[in-house]
Amino acid sequence: MAEPEALKADDIISITRHFRMQWEEAQQAHVLLYPEGMVTLNGPAAEILTRCREAKSVTQVVEELQQAFPQDDIAADVREFLEDAYANGWICIERAG
Amino acid sequence: MQTAGSASNGQGNPLWLLAELTYRCPLQCLYCSNPIDYAKYQNELTTEEWMRVLQEGRAMGATQLGFSGGEPLVRKDLVELAREARRLGYYSNLITSGIGMDEPRIAALKKAGLDHIQLSFQANTPEVNDYIGGAKTFERKLAMARLIKHYDYPMVMNVVLHRQNIDQTEQILQMAEELEADYIELANTQYYGWAKVNRSQLLPTREQVERAEAIAHDYQERFKGRMKVYYVVPDYFEDRPKPCMAGWGSVFLNVAPDGSALPCHAAHQLPGLNFPNIRDASLHWIWHESPAFNAFRGEDWMKEPCRTCPERAKDFGGCRCQAYMLTGDAANADPVCSLSPQHDIVLKAIDEDQVVPAADQLPMFRSNKNSRQFVEAGVR
Repeated sequence: MAEPEALKADDIISITRHFRMQWEEAQQAHVLLYPEGMVTLNGPAAEILTRCREAKSVTQVVEELQQAFPQDDIAADVREFLEDAYANGWICIERAG
Repeated sequence: MQTAGSASNGQGNPLWLLAELTYRCPLQCLYCSNPIDYAKYQNELTTEEWMRVLQEGRAMGATQLGFSGGEPLVRKDLVELAREARRLGYYSNLITSGIGMDEPRIAALKKAGLDHIQLSFQANTPEVNDYIGGAKTFERKLAMARLIKHYDYPMVMNVVLHRQNIDQTEQILQMAEELEADYIELANTQYYGWAKVNRSQLLPTREQVERAEAIAHDYQERFKGRMKVYYVVPDYFEDRPKPCMAGWGSVFLNVAPDGSALPCHAAHQLPGLNFPNIRDASLHWIWHESPAFNAFRGEDWMKEPCRTCPERAKDFGGCRCQAYMLTGDAANADPVCSLSPQHDIVLKAIDEDQVVPAADQLPMFRSNKNSRQFVEAGVR
């Protein structure tokens, strides 16, 4: 079987159903919770995934972040993180069109 | 419990709270990991006491909550506890045989905010499933699997593997696909509790293990993106021990039905440790201060070869309970490790437990009657 396809710019993405992202006071970090597991998110990861709470395209997520952090060129880093998040099953996609 | 998913650093706090609500269970699985003397634990925590455990655990930073047992559905207050878990912000997992579930109950659990259900099967056929579990449950489990999906729950299907079902690994995976499991956990038997008593009935051959592992890896690729296949290795066949519980008193806190707090669900049997009870102390004191939770924390307790082993931070010397059960000293290296001077105990078990014909030794089902025999004999 082939690897899951890479993310495309117009793919509609969102945090995987049944996963829950929340702030954890004890860890001073956001976490992503899922059946019997947890990942602790660092600052940038939390910023990106916060914007994936509602379904939107990869391009939209990148644009929103670029607006929030105009001083840095972050597009490539965001795409790379989204690829990893998709490979790990933290986000899922609906193919556009 | 070896479970699906990733662990994380709790920065000294528990992340996983396993609430063993009861040891009562309609099944009698040969491999049950409950203590063999479970019959003596009669004095179950009340609803209010469990509420306090959940609140204190959450205040300490626990995020994952398992409702386990025995069969947690036996408890009439399960919905109430699930509601409190949701209110507190836990991700709650019901670990169940499915027996005791029906549509009104699952609807109520959904409404209460239970996050996820792990459903066990004993095998992929009614014959083997019902034999291993000591009860006719296969058809009901199928119905429960459909109900879980109907109520839009993520479903982890869990099948414990051993000599009597491991050759059906492929069929088990196909069953998981048909039932639309989101995760399938193929958990090779760990030899604690009743599984240890029945080891000669359960331990597979090395060839069986190798075949199953190859199939599991093949299906991990095939199901990629649709279903996650977790394969829990059979530690007897490994060269290095499992990093049991990610270390003693590291991230995992187990509360038994009678309120005793344990660093793992098998620790009851360890001699010389006085496990504190939540009726007598706060979870905070239990976790941070109690002698039992500090007994094997860190590395000071280690003996050679662990003490100077470059891998000690990776596997923490393996499992304290297994070291005790097989070598008589909980501070020894887990003999699963090929560096352990007692590793031959494990190799011998693999050889000997397979040449004992099953008819030679009767299986000991997990039942109240059998458990009372162990209690009377003072075996634990």
